[in-house]
Amino acid sequence: MRFYSIAVYLFLYVPIGIIILFSFNSGRHASDFQGLSLKWYGKALSNPFVLEALTSSLIIAFSAALLSSIMGTTAALALQRMKGPVKALFDGLIYVSIMIPGIVIGIATLIALVTVFDLMNPLLASLWPEGEKPLRLSLGYASVIAAHTLFTMSLVILLVRARIEGMDRSLIEASQDLYATPAQTFRLITLPQIFPAILAGFLLSFTFSFDDFIISFFVAGPNTTLPIYVFSSIRRGITPEVNAIGTMVLGVSLFLLVAVQLLLRSKNKQKTNIVASNSSGE
Amino acid sequence: MTGSKKGLWLTTALLAPTTLWFLVMLILPLVVVVIFSFGDRAPTGGYAAAFTFDQYANLASRLKAFTNTLTYAPLGTLMTLLVAYPLAYYLAVKVDERWKLLLLVLVIVPFWTSLLIRTYAWIFILGGRGIPSLLAMIGFEDVRLINTSGAVLVGMIYGYLPLMVFPIFVSLEKLDKRLLEASSDLGGSPFRTFIQVTLPLSMPGMVTGCMLVFILLMGEFLIPAFLGGGKIFFIGNALVDLFLQSRNWPFGSALAVTLVIIMLVMVTLYMRLTTGSKTERDQSVM
Repeated sequence: MRFYSIAVYLFLYVPIGIIILFSFNSGRHASDFQGLSLKWYGKALSNPFVLEALTSSLIIAFSAALLSSIMGTTAALALQRMKGPVKALFDGLIYVSIMIPGIVIGIATLIALVTVFDLMNPLLASLWPEGEKPLRLSLGYASVIAAHTLFTMSLVILLVRARIEGMDRSLIEASQDLYATPAQTFRLITLPQIFPAILAGFLLSFTFSFDDFIISFFVAGPNTTLPIYVFSSIRRGITPEVNAIGTMVLGVSLFLLVAVQLLLRSKNKQKTNIVASNSSGE
Repeated sequence: MTGSKKGLWLTTALLAPTTLWFLVMLILPLVVVVIFSFGDRAPTGGYAAAFTFDQYANLASRLKAFTNTLTYAPLGTLMTLLVAYPLAYYLAVKVDERWKLLLLVLVIVPFWTSLLIRTYAWIFILGGRGIPSLLAMIGFEDVRLINTSGAVLVGMIYGYLPLMVFPIFVSLEKLDKRLLEASSDLGGSPFRTFIQVTLPLSMPGMVTGCMLVFILLMGEFLIPAFLGGGKIFFIGNALVDLFLQSRNWPFGSALAVTLVIIMLVMVTLYMRLTTGSKTERDQSVM
């Protein structure tokens, strides 16, 4: 059973390792290993299309992560105070937004936005002052960010809510007993305790958005994100450049995931510290 | 009185952005898809207002996508389960506490990295310049690995294994080890203990894992597109074709609605199977 488990870990990591290894191969193919070089990274990073796609991906992922961590946190705080059918409705929407396949979100958002834009654009043009070029709504960064945020916001809600539920209530009560205003209690007690969950939510949202292909594929309009670039270059035929880009994409998510793990671990430590220094409370 | 009013005002304000997002980015798009699915295709592509069941009547023309999806998704789920279970069991029952968290994290990490790149890795490995060219060096010419059903299945297992291991691990971890001791004290062989105690008690985790993997495989596009060549295509591939190439939105919408309905039926069955195990659902998100 131990050997089986080792085999499964090899199955999980060898393909990733192969991509990383061959991204440093100066030869062109897997069967053509000619020693280590950074040649393909140089090729990839001097390709203006790659740089443009990378910039788009970073802008989109950062915006989606920022929006989701703000909206997800406020929603989690509100939902924690609620009961009854409205809360059940929100719970339902959160699960639907997480479980619905990306491809369905992609096509639904595409046709809904294009239809709304087609209705709005003539209206905007007629309302626009004479002689100026009217604002034209179209698919682009904003639509990708909005579509990613739907999923990642729900993710943040679940993470932050789990953290609020695991929070030490006695600290909030103590704060109130000591005549802190609700705003002070939030700033000094609640926020520091839920902050690791918010940050973990931000990083996971960033990772999701940065890696997403299928939603962006439908709603990015003329823009190209890094996964879309990789997809179309694979379609055109594999070049070693793709290995280098792939390694960079994997590197970004692996780095962020390590950060999330460290955060979650420090969160546990902090919790035990509070419990230890507060032994009468437990 | 004023306090609770203020509280309500605050709650509403905190929820307003999220509500707006759900309305504009989830409910509106889904409503549009349902409306379009009863419409006609405009001559230039896109949508023409109508109320007709033509699109649904025409679904049979994409029968192959349905049969492929409904064959490969359950098969892929089953194979992922078979690969995942022994690993989850090993992690939950056998492995030393010190290594448990690290080993579990190592299973989950690949799931949070790009599926596109991970699937591409298999094109690289199975494609003509990968394993087949290595085999050719030792005399096995013309071995074909990519664009086969085997390649699609490997891609599916590879893509979603972490999602299957995690819920099974959680349910095995919660299992009371004394039950296993009791079974062996009563003379049960390890095999019998496994079949009669461990397996039934890990059922909720298996059901959750299968559900998650099945739903994701049903909507899969990348894996068949990359590893199945043109031969093995799913509903997801048909959707990409209908929305981005032939621009037949109403027919594509009908296909998407049907896909979601199949999934809803599956989720409802799942809810029936695991009534009341809310914690399982919450944990399964990671």
